[in-house]
Formats: sequence, structure tokens, C-alpha cells
Amino acid sequence: MADTIDRTALQQFLLRMGDNTLILGHRVSEWCGHAPVLEEDIALANTALDLIGQTQLWLDYAAEVEGAGRSADDLAFLRDVWDFRNVLLVELPNGDFGQTLMRQFLYDAWASIMLGRLQKSADERVREIAEKAAKENAYHVERSADTVVGLGDGTEESHTRMQAALDYLYPYVGELFESDATDAAMVEAGVAPDPAGLREDYDALVGRVMADATLRLPEKAYVHRGGRSGTMHTEHLGHLLCTMQWLQRAYPGCRW
Amino acid sequence: MTRPGVEQVWEWLGEIPDPEIPAITLTDLGIIRDVAWQEDTLVVTVTPTYSGCPATSLINMEIETALRSHGIEKLELKRQLSPAWTTDWMTEEGRAKLEAYGIAPPRPAGGPERCPRCGGTTLEKLSQFGSTPCKAQWRCRDCLEPFDYFKCI
Repeated sequence: MADTIDRTALQQFLLRMGDNTLILGHRVSEWCGHAPVLEEDIALANTALDLIGQTQLWLDYAAEVEGAGRSADDLAFLRDVWDFRNVLLVELPNGDFGQTLMRQFLYDAWASIMLGRLQKSADERVREIAEKAAKENAYHVERSADTVVGLGDGTEESHTRMQAALDYLYPYVGELFESDATDAAMVEAGVAPDPAGLREDYDALVGRVMADATLRLPEKAYVHRGGRSGTMHTEHLGHLLCTMQWLQRAYPGCRW
Repeated sequence: MTRPGVEQVWEWLGEIPDPEIPAITLTDLGIIRDVAWQEDTLVVTVTPTYSGCPATSLINMEIETALRSHGIEKLELKRQLSPAWTTDWMTEEGRAKLEAYGIAPPRPAGGPERCPRCGGTTLEKLSQFGSTPCKAQWRCRDCLEPFDYFKCI
């Protein structure tokens, strides 16, 4: 399959998938040992672990398609900000626990729809990764949705914080549904759906959960963009990479 | 040496405990998908439980160590993603061992049948996640003890 299509586009698509899970996985792992209660700490660490595991699968394939002798680890630890293709949403700081879970739900909801569609991909490898990841994502979205509802429809304090988190994060959601030449090539080859086509299902799911959470979706839909195309990341990604890549940067090739 | 039959190899694999939950073996877990000889190389196909499970590399190492100790020289471990691992592949024996060990076995209904400690059936879910990627945390309202549930996937 990968031989008959535009390999550069396929590699870009795989980087987008793998960078989303890598950066979000790292962000979520920052909570390890700091969550408000033990159960939540464990849940966040498990979510991060699944996301990093999925990253391995996506970036392994991206590196293979690239064919330049780089490994998934090279892609994760030796690229700089401008080469990352994750959406801006996942690189935003954790904020408080509520903001972290709101970001998680906004991502999980998209991933649950995307992974469902990718299981019909014409690319066997993409199909297999999506099949595996979808099973893990089912638990993520169940929990992040439950928590958003619990905190949104909770105390006055938790409700206020969740509404503030939604107002802050929602302008970053639109980027998930943008299409460019890479997406067109993926649609053409039957590898991945047009991102715009996921919006309806997404709005239905998010709308239902926000209604249960007694939260109001912001009306003005300004869209922050630039992550998945790599044209402009937020200032936060560089800081994240400083931590994540530190060891390989300070001690190149270090192993244990 | 004479080449051992695949049934013999399955038997050896059935003696390797899961590194995280040593009460059950790799074959109980259902993650060994195939054992076959390709010419003089033994090919063992393994599927991961969760994509990020840290036990995966340890499991591969233990398979290799065990089979080498039985005299297998040429060994290839193949990772198979699809069909994705499901708890439906866990053996009946494995389920019984889990429960005896204090972990409620997976059920298609989505939750544990009874408390693995007291057998109580008034149960509540604490979290979809637990001490390893494959488990969730539940609590028994009869004996009030928390317990692990091996979740369905």
C-alpha cells in the first residue's frame, strides 16, 4: 500500500497522529505523583502510558515510510519544534486538574471518531494501529467524559473552573478538523478520512457531554492553528521539549 | 539436537508466568498467537496486551530466556497487532487462577461478577484504571475492600 501513494504525505499524516499522542502523553505524564487523589494519579499515568505506546506504533511506521534510517526514538527525541506536527491543543499547559481533563476529553472525543474511521483505512498498518488504539481510547474517553460531567455539574467552584477551561481550550479544537494537501492525498489514497468530515459526529458527542456537564460551548469560534502544518507552534512546545528531550540532547545516544 | 515439536514449545510457554501477574501464565493470558517452525528457525508470534504496557519487552525477554534454556537456538519473536488482543482469549483456567489470586476476571458484561475476597455482589467502580494497564479498580460494598478487576478489552 505504502508503495503506491505519496510517501511524503503518508509520512506527514503518520507524524500528525504520532506527535499528537506523544505530546499529549508527555503532558499527561507531568501529573504523575501530583494528581489530587491516588486513583486519578493512576488513571492519568495509565492514559499517558497508552498514548506513549500508541506513539511508538505511529512513529515506528512514520520512520519506516520516511526511509532515512531514523527510528521512532530519533523522531521523538531529536526533532525540534518546527518539525512537530501535533495540533496546538495537545501542547497547551496542563493548568489545573479540570483543565487537563477538559483538554483530554476534547482530544479523546476526536480520537474516538478518528480511530473508528481509520479502522477502514486502505493501509493495513494504519488499520491495525487504529484497531489497537481504539480499544484503549474507549476507556480514556469514558473516563474523561465522566470527569468533565462530574466537575462541570459539581460545586460552584468546580463548575466555574471547568467553564473557564472550556472557554480557554475550545478555540484550539477547530484545528482538528482542518484539511490541507496532505489530507487530500490521504483521502485520495483511502488511507484517512477528510478531517472536516469528523466534525458532525464530534459536535454531537461534545455537545451531549457539555449539556450533561451544564457547560456552555463558546459561541465565537476563533480557531488557533499552525500545529499540524508545523507553521507555528505555541511557545509552550519548546518548553515541553526541553524537558522531554533533555537526556538525549545532553548525552547523545545515551541508553540504559 | 532434534527439533522439538510445536506442542512441546506451547507447553514450555505455558510455564512462563506473566511478569506483572505471576499467578497466570503467558498462554493463560492468550497473548501467544502462533508457534511455528520456519525451516530451522522457531517463530513465536506475540500480541501486546496494551500498546504501552511495560511488561511487553519483559515478556519477550522471558520467552527468549525460557526457550533458549530448552535448547532453542534460532528464535524469532514476531509482534502481531491485528487482530488486537482481547480478554476473550484468556483461558478458563487463567480466569480461575486470577480470581484465586484476588483479581476479578474479565467479563463481557463489563464489570466483575463478584468480589474476589468475600464473594459479595454489591460492587461499585472506583476507576477505569488500576495498578497496571489491564486492570480497573472496584470496591465491594459488602466487605468494603477495594479490589482489582481485569478489565475487558
